[in-house]
Amino acid sequence: MTAETATTPGTPTAPAPATTPAPATTAPFDPGAEAARATAAILHDTLHGTERGVVVDSPPGAGKSTLVVRAALELAEAGRPLMVVAQTNAQVDDLVLRLAEKNPDLPVGRLHSSDADPYDKALDALANVRKSAKAGDLAGLAVVLSTAAKWAHVKVDEPWGHAIVDEAYQMRSDSLLAVAGLFERALFVGDPGQLDPFATVGSEQWAGLAYDPSSSAVTTLLAHNPTLPQHRLPVSWRLPASAARLVSDAFYPYTPFRSGTDHGDRTLAFAAPSDGSGPDQVLDEAAASGWGLLELPARHTPRADPEAVRAVAAVVRRLLDREGTTTSERGPSPAPLTAARIAVGTAHRDQAAAVRAALADLDVSDVTVDTANRLQGREYDVTVVLHPLSGRPDATAFHLETGRLCVLTSRHRHACIVVCREGVDALLDDYPSTEPVQLGTLVKFPDGWEANHAVLAHLAEHRVTWRP
Amino acid sequence: MSLITTLARLEAVRTGSAQPAATVRHRHLSDRPLVFVPLTTAGEAGAPLGALVGTDRDAPHLLVVPQPRDRDLRFAFLAELAGIVLPHVEAYAESVEAAERTETDPETGKRVKVEVDLCADAAQLIVPNRAGVEFVRLLGRSMRFRRTAEQDPETPHPAPPRVPLLGRWLTHYGERARVPGSSLLLAMTDLLGRHWASGQSTLEDQHLGALLAWIDPEAVPVGAPGDAPPGEELTGARAARRAELARDAAGQLLCPPAGPATDPAFDNKLLAPAIERYDRARTALAAAEDGLEADDRLGTLTAAEREIRALVESRTRPTWDAVWRGLDLLRALPAGAHADERWTRDRWSFTSHRDRILAGEPPQPRRDDAVTAANKLATREREQARLEAQEALDDPLVMAGRRLSGEAFAGEVVEVVMAYSESKRPSPRPLITVRTDDRPHLAERAKVHRSLNGKPQTAEYVGPADESDDGTVVLRITDKMGRGKEPEAGSVPEKGDLVCFTLFEHEQRGGAKLPDPEQTPWTHGGPPGEAAAVAEAADAQTEEDVL
Repeated sequence: MTAETATTPGTPTAPAPATTPAPATTAPFDPGAEAARATAAILHDTLHGTERGVVVDSPPGAGKSTLVVRAALELAEAGRPLMVVAQTNAQVDDLVLRLAEKNPDLPVGRLHSSDADPYDKALDALANVRKSAKAGDLAGLAVVLSTAAKWAHVKVDEPWGHAIVDEAYQMRSDSLLAVAGLFERALFVGDPGQLDPFATVGSEQWAGLAYDPSSSAVTTLLAHNPTLPQHRLPVSWRLPASAARLVSDAFYPYTPFRSGTDHGDRTLAFAAPSDGSGPDQVLDEAAASGWGLLELPARHTPRADPEAVRAVAAVVRRLLDREGTTTSERGPSPAPLTAARIAVGTAHRDQAAAVRAALADLDVSDVTVDTANRLQGREYDVTVVLHPLSGRPDATAFHLETGRLCVLTSRHRHACIVVCREGVDALLDDYPSTEPVQLGTLVKFPDGWEANHAVLAHLAEHRVTWRP
Repeated sequence: MSLITTLARLEAVRTGSAQPAATVRHRHLSDRPLVFVPLTTAGEAGAPLGALVGTDRDAPHLLVVPQPRDRDLRFAFLAELAGIVLPHVEAYAESVEAAERTETDPETGKRVKVEVDLCADAAQLIVPNRAGVEFVRLLGRSMRFRRTAEQDPETPHPAPPRVPLLGRWLTHYGERARVPGSSLLLAMTDLLGRHWASGQSTLEDQHLGALLAWIDPEAVPVGAPGDAPPGEELTGARAARRAELARDAAGQLLCPPAGPATDPAFDNKLLAPAIERYDRARTALAAAEDGLEADDRLGTLTAAEREIRALVESRTRPTWDAVWRGLDLLRALPAGAHADERWTRDRWSFTSHRDRILAGEPPQPRRDDAVTAANKLATREREQARLEAQEALDDPLVMAGRRLSGEAFAGEVVEVVMAYSESKRPSPRPLITVRTDDRPHLAERAKVHRSLNGKPQTAEYVGPADESDDGTVVLRITDKMGRGKEPEAGSVPEKGDLVCFTLFEHEQRGGAKLPDPEQTPWTHGGPPGEAAAVAEAADAQTEEDVL
């Protein structure tokens, strides 16, 4: 789903040559310079361009938030009234904190809901941030930030000159419709490879319409404004060299990106030696190669497969027991791998609940366990993933969704360990994509089936068979 | 499919009969539903072959198109259908009661209450299955843009007077059927599937005869009663299998499919020859050279037509009876507490469509504009959430399913500790401990809700009472205790009370107001402009349209 046919290379877009990675043959790839060039082009179009919108595609960990903060500061500096639209309260609070960190004197407004505890308490410590549930109270501030849901209730006589829409690919078209009247021009930033927005009821009725309310905000925006400049951040600073290639090939085949670090720049090591068990073997494999597949015997299981859940918990337990340390470009000395830097990702909430319970049984706390939807935008050193298709008798569109696997396999800075039942490749062959083709909709590439196969093929090289 | 549904289906397979999936009826049923059993012609979309329609189970109206490709005969069928459906609908549209509605005053922009008419009841339409709902939609689509000779004297193929109006009503019903929990247009298979779990797949449940056989094996009279091997009773599973597969000596299904599509064996062996005889008789009549010959040939034509009528009736009557049998079964269930409230929304929908027609507005457009589409999607998502919450609150069996999936929990209050909020005017924030065997997916500080005299009361999850025991849950109640320092009597559960809390909200908030269609923003193509103001024409005639 990373690229749409309309935006594949060759389609004339805005003059943004800087966003295309330089051919590897001419000069050694300098990630810092490439990223700087892309950012400069984006900021130029945002501040001085003539079009009403600018779209920026950002692969996982490519510095999207950094870009948003920088664009916000430059727009504020240029004296343009700015509103920022994010999708969740956590995202809004995070942006407010980052803005304050970069410029503690900038007058910032945090528009929040009238519920209890509407924003992060850390905002109370910031002198420059005014918080209110009423947009009127925040008038005149340089930057006002809120969620799309809250903005939808705001009425203004004079629209904002500029807006930044964050996570625009996770925003639904109808949600953009509700807020688009609030601003004149906007910068849309997001990751096309993550999970698409969804509707809880059928929306086939509108499939093929340019403004299908269940499609993503960017899809609708570009369908109506095909000439808008589109940019791309070319470097992932999060993903290690071992992962960037696979994630780029599998999920962004037409818009490749590179890792900001090289092989060997990051290491994961353990103080305690392996005890020879499956979990320890897969940890060693992942430490050496960045990937590990712990394969359980083939079996059809209930959704919260007790054996697989226990295997996930055992891997996490051993990760902590063996006292992992990481080294990276961030500092010269090794950092301990703590529970806070580990996450477990699942497809379903009941699976996450089962993993949490299993971890509690092993006295593990502070490890994040959540579904792909909730892990979007987050970053950890090591992730342990329960494969969405593990143990399933069928492969539904939900489990095949490209974005789900992309989110789960692109949260880590060092290594990703996938726990899975054997036989998923055969399952994929039994269930080719059979979604009905709707006239007028853009066909998205790659489809989940293809991406799943690509990831499986790579993981197979790092396979360890489960032995308790 | 939820775990409890899977379990119910497994149980149905094991016992051979359908298992209850609800203890109350979750959809409103009218006292006088209009049942519509349509058949369509194979190979041509939207060419009706015939239908049974009416409100009297013993005396349905049989409508037949003896040559489905003949446009004149099709219009005659639609006119006849309009003659039955529209008087039924209009009888409901005429009887109104006074109601209040909040509207935005166009001058002041304030929300004001206005008194409006609300239809006292609405006409309910029932079809056998989902394909029937789709067919209603298709019929509506094929009729609503037609022009009558009165509307447009120039139109080359004027429609009979009431046909476009029927198209608008059927379109409205078809569109309303997409709103979760609505009951204006219902499919019997969906109704039965909601209230019983059969031992077959949901796809197989679309066969009304088979589904009904799972619930009531005697309801589908297929073949001799002695079909079950001696000594074995007739189970739902066996009856369903027979309803689906059993054929007579001539190769015809004993229980015809519920339509609108017909069985190919029927099409090839019975219907096609009959239509051919009809065509031949008609050609012969047209070629008749004198009155005597014409009389004779008219007799042949009438006989040919009667034969087709008999064929259509033989394939719709079993379905007709099955729909009414289904209604009997559903009426035996007590109505769910919130079903009536949802029906009131259907009445509002019915009334607003009536008002649009009275105001002379054009028919519904082919495609929704951006704002209408977004509004519809928002409404349906809200109604879906509302329906799920209300069904659970109305029905302990549905709530059991939510408890099993970790979205609710029930248990006994084992301890109540008074506590107060830390503010200038402390409010009561009692802590209650609930012992439960359920395993809710409670995150830290998650909000939970219970129904207190029909109104939702909210509490906050504090944590387990005891780290070693995950069967107890401590909650802090945060609202619905009155304004005083002490909670009002009955607003806080007492020790020993049985309580049921849900993780989902009971009531839905209204969504944000979207811009008017004329204010569509640039991101969504801008305002529709003048193009949208021109009335849409019916589809142009093509060569295939002329027989």
